[in-house]
Amino acid sequence: MDITRNYFEFLGLPVDFEVDQTRLGERYRELQKQVHPDRHSHQSDREQRLAEQYAAYLNEALTTLKSPLKRAQYLLSLNGIDTLSDSRAQLDPMFLMEQMELRERAAEAANHADPEAEMDALQAHVGHELNRLQEAFSAAWQASRMDDAEVLVRKMQFACKLQQDIEALEDRLFDD
Amino acid sequence: MAYSEQVIDHYENPRNVGKMDADDANVGTGMVGAPACGDVMRLQIKVSDEGVIEDARFKTYGCGSAIASSSLVTEWVKGMTLDQASELKNSQIAEELALPPVKIHCSVLAEDAIKAAVDDYRKKQQK
Repeated sequence: MDITRNYFEFLGLPVDFEVDQTRLGERYRELQKQVHPDRHSHQSDREQRLAEQYAAYLNEALTTLKSPLKRAQYLLSLNGIDTLSDSRAQLDPMFLMEQMELRERAAEAANHADPEAEMDALQAHVGHELNRLQEAFSAAWQASRMDDAEVLVRKMQFACKLQQDIEALEDRLFDD
Repeated sequence: MAYSEQVIDHYENPRNVGKMDADDANVGTGMVGAPACGDVMRLQIKVSDEGVIEDARFKTYGCGSAIASSSLVTEWVKGMTLDQASELKNSQIAEELALPPVKIHCSVLAEDAIKAAVDDYRKKQQK
């Protein structure tokens, strides 16, 4: 095991946006067995610490490669493109306008005749939009169109935030 | 995180929340977003024939600091000329609201929003 390798290589997977999630799960479980603390309890402190480091790296790798957004951000970071810090690069106003309208719609859903159906419709809309962005990212990545890929990740960040906001709103509206 | 009194004041009593008709020739609309946190901000100005900002409206989906920054800007720009408004600096906003370093980007977003609104208005006038 080598934690100087990137998450894909560490797990023995191709460096690509498309990840076979079954294979990812299998590789994770195989490696997890190797780093399990019980296997190292009889070893020196140094070896135990190393095993802990491997385990932590393995968990980060799994979390990152499981989530499409995190995976896309990570792929770009491997190419020296940082999408996690603040940027003043602005996205096209049409996209932002649509994001604003969807957030307004979510905020008004409580007053809708059928709030539950309205929230479901919004979730479906955002889910569809996210799928579309992910497919576009995958294509841009394959074609090494890094500028496009970066813009698409930034758009995915807005869509994921909206998805989380809608979920939180649903919890508030329907769970009590 | 502890918000300053100024931020809480704007957050609890936001000034000038709302929407103007973006198709109105006298209205300039600035749409900006912060991709890292997913915040979205819309800032609109209504400009008189003399080039003075008569009214301003905003809507922000984001944290308290982002809401306060845009709320403050709508208060400040009323009565300003377009040039004065586009010279607003994020540091003035951050100082007025006593924003901590991690929230400076919220004031940057508000500065970008007013600049975008002025640009949008000017583009419309050229047509």
